[in-house]
Amino acid sequence: MTYTYYPGCTLKTKAQDLDYYGRESLKALGITLEEPDEWQCCGAVYPIARDEIATKLSAVRALAAARDNASPLITLCSACHHVLTRVNDDMRRDENVRTKANNYLKLDVPYEGETEVIHYLQLLRDKIGFENIAKAVKNPLKGRKIGAYYGCLLLRPSKVMRFDDPENPHIIEDFIKALGATPVIYGMRNECCGGYVTLKDEAQAAENTNRIIRNAASKGAEELITACPLCMYNLRKHSDGTIKISYITELLYDALGLREELGDAPEACETADGSAAGCACGRTEKAE
Amino acid sequence: MHQTEKETAELIKQISGSDVKKCMKCGKCSATCPAYGEMKFHPHQFVTMVAHGKVDELLRDETVTRCLSCFACVERCPRGVEPENVVAAIRVLAEREQGGSNFVPDEVPALIAADKEIPQQALVSAFRRYRK
Ligand code: SF4
Ligand code: SF4
Ligand code: SF4
Ligand code: SF4
Repeated sequence: MTYTYYPGCTLKTKAQDLDYYGRESLKALGITLEEPDEWQCCGAVYPIARDEIATKLSAVRALAAARDNASPLITLCSACHHVLTRVNDDMRRDENVRTKANNYLKLDVPYEGETEVIHYLQLLRDKIGFENIAKAVKNPLKGRKIGAYYGCLLLRPSKVMRFDDPENPHIIEDFIKALGATPVIYGMRNECCGGYVTLKDEAQAAENTNRIIRNAASKGAEELITACPLCMYNLRKHSDGTIKISYITELLYDALGLREELGDAPEACETADGSAAGCACGRTEKAE
Repeated sequence: MHQTEKETAELIKQISGSDVKKCMKCGKCSATCPAYGEMKFHPHQFVTMVAHGKVDELLRDETVTRCLSCFACVERCPRGVEPENVVAAIRVLAEREQGGSNFVPDEVPALIAADKEIPQQALVSAFRRYRK
């Protein structure tokens, strides 16, 4: 089975491991992810003001490309998932945005929100099934006490995101269970780490992040997992190192026994010009 | 052409899509706001000030940029007022004015030189949220 996949800019750069572990794990589960040609960065932040049109166009292009491939659009980065889902909702329900975006893009077939945006975790749960993932696990992560860190972008606003119960989510806990580990529930798993504020007001992000980590540790979590590169950055930067922080896909990769088979993710490449040896993202192949 | 304070308030209502009159002043949005201590005005105050057409002070307030865009206030408002949409509309209007940017590309090299781990997502987000 092949799905259209939107990796986003960060999974091509700082978070190449999130992408690599995600793709390889799905491959082992019989699913191939295929990127649309020439996708563009979604902007990472959904433009809330209703008169913003141009800032939504890159998301619309990716959504239309998936429609043309007759595939749902798979996301992994929480921010991409948020932006694509909300722009898609605008294309369905906001006539002003839909008309202006289509007038500008002049696609062969106008885009009206036909695509279904599916997050990686939802793909695991709904298209593969956590029970089948549990069966494919070779290294059950027995004894590991793992807290799910949801953050904001996957869950809120739930009216549009429809990802999980916004105040008592359990999809990541179910995922952790499927891998044989023990999920640790803690109250602040859906509170904000501070996000981009870390660039301007680092202390504010540090305070938020610390509150979350302390809460998780007080409930017995020894590790945290996330799907978002910015959450990852904040959690790693502002923790004292006593709690391990990983991406959801790395956990899956380990449980499926792929580390023994394939090793660690290739070293992240900084050149981003398609010329480096051992290219992970596939752009080098295309250039050939 | 000069825009009056009332007209600006109308524009904020329009582009936020928020029905500020529905607010029942329960304060739940501000109680849940993780940036409460950092912002001069709090989500429920934004809503009330816009409803009363008193927005000039909001547009000049720099602490509005401390809002994390976490949507906690949107999710937890029992009246569906969506306070963050009001905050975002105010930010965007301030940024659209000459000199309204709070983040310039020239800041980026120093930031990434100081910390190699900064993800692109943080920079892209900053460009979206702090400037036009
Ligand atoms: S969220 Fe990032 S990384 Fe994800 S595509 Fe959008 S901006 Fe680029
Ligand atoms: S150099 Fe290779 S690995 Fe790096 S971004 Fe370009 S194509 Fe991807
Ligand atoms: S979105 Fe902004 S105003 Fe609303 S709760 Fe989060 S930080 Fe506070
Ligand atoms: S939570 Fe909603 S109703 Fe309550 S004060 Fe805030 S905006 Fe008003």
